[in-house]
Amino acid sequence: MKTAPRAIRPGGRTDPPPPPPPTTVKPARRPRTDRRAWAAFALLTGPMLLGLGVFKYLAIGWSFLLSLSQARGTITLGHWVGLDNYRTLLADPAFRGSLVQILLFTAFIVPVTFAASLGLALLVHRIRRGRAVLRTAFLIPTAVSYVAASLLWKMCLFNGLPSGIANMIGSWFGSSAVPWIQSTHPPLYWVVLVTLRLWLQVGFYMVLFLAGLQGIPRDVYEAAALDGATGLRLLRRITLPLLRNTSVAVLMLQFIAAFQAFDEFYNLFSSGLSGTGTAPVQTPLVYLYNTAMGDQDYGIGSAGAFLLTALIVCVTLLQGRITGFGKKEG
Amino acid sequence: MTTLRTVFRASRRSGRGLLAGLLTVLFLTPFYLMLRNALMDTKGLTTPHWTWWPTSMHWENFTALFSDPTLHMGQALGNSLVIAGITAPVSTLLASAAGYALARIPVPGRGVVLALVVATLMIPGSVTFVPTFVVVGALGGINTLWGIIAPGLFNPFAVLLFRNFYLQFPSEIEEAGRLDGLGWLGLYRRIALPSSGAMLASLGALAFIDSWNAFLWPLVVGQDPSAWTAQIALSTFLTSQTINLPGLFAGAVVTITPLVVMFLVAQRYIVEGIATSGLKG
Repeated sequence: MKTAPRAIRPGGRTDPPPPPPPTTVKPARRPRTDRRAWAAFALLTGPMLLGLGVFKYLAIGWSFLLSLSQARGTITLGHWVGLDNYRTLLADPAFRGSLVQILLFTAFIVPVTFAASLGLALLVHRIRRGRAVLRTAFLIPTAVSYVAASLLWKMCLFNGLPSGIANMIGSWFGSSAVPWIQSTHPPLYWVVLVTLRLWLQVGFYMVLFLAGLQGIPRDVYEAAALDGATGLRLLRRITLPLLRNTSVAVLMLQFIAAFQAFDEFYNLFSSGLSGTGTAPVQTPLVYLYNTAMGDQDYGIGSAGAFLLTALIVCVTLLQGRITGFGKKEG
Repeated sequence: MTTLRTVFRASRRSGRGLLAGLLTVLFLTPFYLMLRNALMDTKGLTTPHWTWWPTSMHWENFTALFSDPTLHMGQALGNSLVIAGITAPVSTLLASAAGYALARIPVPGRGVVLALVVATLMIPGSVTFVPTFVVVGALGGINTLWGIIAPGLFNPFAVLLFRNFYLQFPSEIEEAGRLDGLGWLGLYRRIALPSSGAMLASLGALAFIDSWNAFLWPLVVGQDPSAWTAQIALSTFLTSQTINLPGLFAGAVVTITPLVVMFLVAQRYIVEGIATSGLKG
């Protein structure tokens, strides 16, 4: 079972030997372990690199070329049209409208989710008894899919019938039943979207904040309390600054998650039982799905994927810039 | 003064308790409603008269779900189980292997490899569904389970997390293993891998959840009912013209139950995984 013991390379980890030239025959004095290290490295990282190469690098390269070609119902390259696909997309009011929608949605959902998850984390952190129960209650919706939650929100909580929960509660206050999902003036469908996402996501971000809160040493609070700081002042002066790293990470995640919204828009607003026909809102991913999968136009679809990616990168960078400025101040 | 303060504090504490209780009920109510609706009949669900408790239990909603030939619910659940069951362990193991190599094996040029992995994180996953569809389509993966599984097996984020984990791994243990004659692969398999159980469990659980709840990618690849996942079957049911509300809710209960049970059982690992991984998604 045991192989012959090998010499331990002194300082091998800190000072790696120079790389062996891959094509030439190895010189006799090179230590054998070096080649073994290479082989092990290749074996352990190989599958991952191959997969990322095919499904990320190859996919993105190919798709970029497709975005410059006319590719209706085909994924083969050849019919070059230059930037026409990008022009067509940007000229399409439906696509532009979807970009506006997602910006509005993001600008609304991110602060709301941020505040709600931070609030829940503070509550769970401070509560004495039943903390585990509380945490579980907030976290367990994370296990539910957007499809199942959309169904519940659309068919039970916010349906247009008087027996829907929202309408039932409304009736206690004397308001008559409203069709939540179909109402665009005022935009009542917004309530459906936001509450759904809050229920599903808030627990996840709450756990991140909880981890951050547990990292704050107790004596910081004790010192501040000795100085007479209480309540909101403690929160503003101690807790929030010390949670900055967590906050930046959470914001970044929420931005990206909001920009990629698809599941609930697709399931809440697709025709069918709601009987709406046309959706009040469409996100860029829903637009792309309809273009690439419905119309089988992979050229336009690819161009849209690149535009959306560019937008996400821009917003992420911008956000990093803004939160970076905040860092200097503190 | 002191008594006033204690009264004030106690009331604030009980206020928090009250708020916590209310929120708990609010967060759990949807689960109850889902179950309630799944056990009602269509008439009970559509009358304007609200009841908190089903007047009669209709367990047959669940059996009807599996006998309806247009739904393919049984097969879809099986597909989901296969997909998540393969994705979770394989993607976690692949990430752990690559993470170990990137952290511990000192070969020149591993910085380049790391950069190649990190660069793929820049582009958000669901935006790349068109490019990925193009490649999977060219490889003949449309309407197949492997077409749904394959792109999800390579998770650069998990690689980074495992790399960080193995960087902190004490080197004394490895030295001992090396004295016993273990090579790099042996060190990984015999020492590093067995001692990363908590990481494997938490990231595996997260991968299972993501894979089970995935919607956009399975929708793109699995157009044929034979390749539907549970989420796709439920969504098709939801957007179809037939109105079978209790059946829909029964379907929702069936698709979320495995995850909710897993969540309750593995909660500690999952929380740990979310908290330590931080940036997931």
